[in-house]
Amino acid sequence: MTQSFLSVEGLTQRYPSSESGELTVFENLDLKIEKGEFVSITGHSGCGKSTILNVLAGLDEASEGVVIMEGREVSGPSLDRGVVFQNYSLLPWLSALRNVTFAVESRHPEWSADQVKEHANYYLNLVGLNDGVEYRKPSQLSGGMRQRVSIARAFATEPKLLLLDEPFGALDALTRGTIQDELLKIWAGTGQTIFMITHDVDEAIYLSDRILLMSNGPYARIAESVEIEIDRPRSRGSIVEDALYYDIRNHLVQFLTSRSKEFSGPSSESDGHLPKMVRLSENSIIKKKLMAL
Amino acid sequence: MTTLKSRALMLSVAILVFLLGIWELSIPAQKAAEELTEYEILMGSATPKAGVPPPSEIIIKVYEELSNPFYEAGPNDKGIGIQIGYSLYRVLTGFGLAAILAIPLGFVIGMSPLMYRSLDPFIQILRPISPLAWMPLALFVIQDSEGSAIFVIFICSIWPMLINTAFGVSGVRKDWVNVAKTHELGVWKTAYLVILPAAAPTIVTGMRISIGIAWLVIVAAEMLVGGTGIGYYVWNEWNNLDLTSVIFSILMIGVVGMTLDSVFGILQSRVTYQE
Repeated sequence: MTQSFLSVEGLTQRYPSSESGELTVFENLDLKIEKGEFVSITGHSGCGKSTILNVLAGLDEASEGVVIMEGREVSGPSLDRGVVFQNYSLLPWLSALRNVTFAVESRHPEWSADQVKEHANYYLNLVGLNDGVEYRKPSQLSGGMRQRVSIARAFATEPKLLLLDEPFGALDALTRGTIQDELLKIWAGTGQTIFMITHDVDEAIYLSDRILLMSNGPYARIAESVEIEIDRPRSRGSIVEDALYYDIRNHLVQFLTSRSKEFSGPSSESDGHLPKMVRLSENSIIKKKLMAL
Repeated sequence: MTTLKSRALMLSVAILVFLLGIWELSIPAQKAAEELTEYEILMGSATPKAGVPPPSEIIIKVYEELSNPFYEAGPNDKGIGIQIGYSLYRVLTGFGLAAILAIPLGFVIGMSPLMYRSLDPFIQILRPISPLAWMPLALFVIQDSEGSAIFVIFICSIWPMLINTAFGVSGVRKDWVNVAKTHELGVWKTAYLVILPAAAPTIVTGMRISIGIAWLVIVAAEMLVGGTGIGYYVWNEWNNLDLTSVIFSILMIGVVGMTLDSVFGILQSRVTYQE
């Protein structure tokens, strides 16, 4: 068996709670992500998505289980795993440019100041921040621009794995669309592995190779892994015309509205393996065959 | 159309003129009430009565003193500039030493819940002590009045800076600390690049409170210690029954205090950031 780029094995998170002694958010999670994949995870609030992301980032430690990236166990944060937070997490006393350069300096301490600046400006340019905008403080930028800086910073450090925690959650629909396209464009150029939390079903379908569906907590689990077999490059206009689009969308919505509740309670011994793979193209072929009959 | 600022300024001047006017007018009435006794007339009224001077006399005094602030004519007759200079030297030395101790210690307390909990009882007991209560002990241990005055300033400046630094450092948003962590910034880089700028507005507020308290305390401390300084000057002029000089020096204490405060006010606006 070949080793995956990232594999999560037996991940369990328990918090001490007043009544029953322990609250198990999730238990025995297994997960594999291949190099260059864009994987989204979705599920109701409180199922532990953010905890998983924080564990992957090395900011949180799980109660049990390991995360292995490129054959090495993840312990503590690293520049190899860049994070884009929902609230941008820019340092408000630094200009947009400085917010990127400090990260680049940390990645390449041997670089000259000019080299650092050039590198930072390259990525700020990719997200459309130039012509003096990069010298503004975050408070002088709109929410969309702030998130662009945050994305530029994450890409500028060239992490092997990019973790996005609801990166577009706080943005209006138009800005969201533009930045999603920018993200896809940069990603297409760099081929990084991306793990993204989202609550937006359409966003997940548009961006991802695979969507992980998480059931409700406590004892949440990654119930399904839905492959998005829609060819890239995708465009916002034509993707809805793809035959699979609505099948996938309905599947996701149906999971979130009803099936996500069905998995509650501690998992039995036989469970705790990789999420069930779902390919809706197979379904639709079957459906078409049924229709033809 | 006048702005709010200029209207406020005009009103301030009007209030000042009004108050000074009442003050000026009330003084002659006071004097008139005091008829000279026959004995005093015989003695030629050699010693003038001490009384509260009218503002006009104080304005003349201000002009005289400020036109030659650095004269030195014996231990009890020094220009106001020299006296204020001594006071400022003591305040800034004590304050500086306190900052050198309080800010790093506040960092440690703010970063470490263990240190916070273990040092908190000491801070809570030592903080409410009037700085002047330390004076006898300081005089005995240090055996030097100058050093004791500086020590008293040091001890009163420490607490606001220590507490504010600890508060500011412990309150740095977790997101920013996470940014430092995910970018593999070391301890020193995190402190310098993230924690310090994030906590700077709170720290400078602490410094501003400290310098204000230090300037309040130096006057009392110099009254006790004597020799030089604006506090000693006030007390000395009281002993001379020169109320004009007393009022003049009170005015100067206010002006210097305001200047110190506004310096830290400027510093504060420099380090403040908008989220």
